[in-house]
Amino acid sequence: MRPRGAGEWLAYGLLYLSIILVTLPVAAVLFIVISRGYSAISWEFLTAMPRMGMRAGGIFPAIMGTLLLVLGTVAIALPLGVMAAIYLSEYASRGRLNRLIHLAIVNLAGVPSVVYGLFGLGAFVLFLKLGVSLLAGCLTLALMILPVIITASEEALQAVPQSFREASLALGATRWKTIWNVVLPSALPGILTGAILGVGRAAGETAPILFTAAAFFLPRLPKSIFDQVMALPYHLYIIATQVPNISQSVQYGTALVLVGLVLLVNASAIVLRSYIRRRRSW
Amino acid sequence: METTACIIDVAGLNFYYGKFQALKDISLQLEPRKITAFIGPSGCGKSTFLRTLNRMNDLIAGVRIDGKVMIDGRDIYAPDMDVVELRRRVGMVFQRPNPFPMSIFDNITYAPRMKGQHKGLDDLVERTLIKAALWDEAKDKLKASALSLSGGQQQRLCIARALAADPGILLMDEPCSALDPVSTLRIEDLMQSLKNEYTILIVTHNMQQAARVSDYTGFFLSGELIEFGDSNKIFTKPDDKRTEDYITGRFG
Repeated sequence: MRPRGAGEWLAYGLLYLSIILVTLPVAAVLFIVISRGYSAISWEFLTAMPRMGMRAGGIFPAIMGTLLLVLGTVAIALPLGVMAAIYLSEYASRGRLNRLIHLAIVNLAGVPSVVYGLFGLGAFVLFLKLGVSLLAGCLTLALMILPVIITASEEALQAVPQSFREASLALGATRWKTIWNVVLPSALPGILTGAILGVGRAAGETAPILFTAAAFFLPRLPKSIFDQVMALPYHLYIIATQVPNISQSVQYGTALVLVGLVLLVNASAIVLRSYIRRRRSW
Repeated sequence: METTACIIDVAGLNFYYGKFQALKDISLQLEPRKITAFIGPSGCGKSTFLRTLNRMNDLIAGVRIDGKVMIDGRDIYAPDMDVVELRRRVGMVFQRPNPFPMSIFDNITYAPRMKGQHKGLDDLVERTLIKAALWDEAKDKLKASALSLSGGQQQRLCIARALAADPGILLMDEPCSALDPVSTLRIEDLMQSLKNEYTILIVTHNMQQAARVSDYTGFFLSGELIEFGDSNKIFTKPDDKRTEDYITGRFG
């Protein structure tokens, strides 16, 4: 459709401009990170331990550390978040308490990530005596992404047609069997969307793991969940600010790996979601 | 001579949505293996009444009920009544076909599987689909999605799905309102063949349909059961002026 008249042209032009302004920074970030970082990417960079005060060698432990952190975070936050969403959507009565819980969840989503980091330090590292560890980091990150997962899961559950629930209950299925067999499978793609958003955040955040999990320099893989780990965002912060005379390509190369990892995790989750959707909608 | 035992016995039933009284002092008895139609204008309480019989109204917050509903001689609102058991005994077909997004096979075996039955499902599916007059159309695609069926076929699938739970009573809430005339006719034929085994209650807006399919008819207006009796009589010379006005199309 072509715009007609000056007013239409103006509106069209402004809207078009806003799209350019929105996409331009994203494109610029990607362009700079790729153009300055690609020369650092090599098999050694991805699979070797760092050497010479992180100026050479690879970033393998940081990659593995971030992967483990994300995996552990999702393993904790997804079941917990989905169960909370099921309770809120399917069991809780729509009263004042429910509204209060929702308010709390929304506020939880707005808490700055460094506050989560401090809370994790106080609650998990010191009080529960987990130490600075993979586990403490996962718990802290899980706490941070729980609101995202709960909100998305609840919306997905609410979007399941009431007629499915009625049909199942009218056939003599219990409430829980109805949820498990009919409601949850239909809500799964939406729940996965929430998980994807959560994963993206967990992989990229520095503040929550700063005091709870991240190691400054640890040229080996963690031995257990009580071990410290290196992580890409924190590693990037360190080599960008704390290591003198480091080549720019190592810095941008690390940034490129972090961006690539987040995109890869997101992409695989999106593929999984569309696969489930296709299989279910026949 | 043998007296006919009534299968559904409702006495002094009142039903409230919050402060609004949707059913007022309903009393009636129904015989087994008959088709009873409930007619009346929108919002008259006929669907609400149907849903009191399998306690689907329990799902709505803020409802209150008093009076007695006996099914098979049991008070279904008694504290020790198992709602799951009741709903297996009293099946329901809804206004819009609502098959699950699963295969035809999985739809029909849903109720038995929920009960823990995992053997003899093939036989059950065949028997049930034959009963629901859907076997010839569906036998070659039992593993296909239920959503690939036409609207009328989907509704017969929903009837089959309800029958597979082995109910004695079948509640049908405007089962043809979303269907074309040919599909409607097939459902009506199906009801006649099911009558030998099941007690059927149907809510309908279609007066011709009520007259065609039912043995008994009840007329609801503003939450009251105005008139209840033999369908022939209700549709030819009703006792109440309001019933006559409604069936002759003077309002509603």
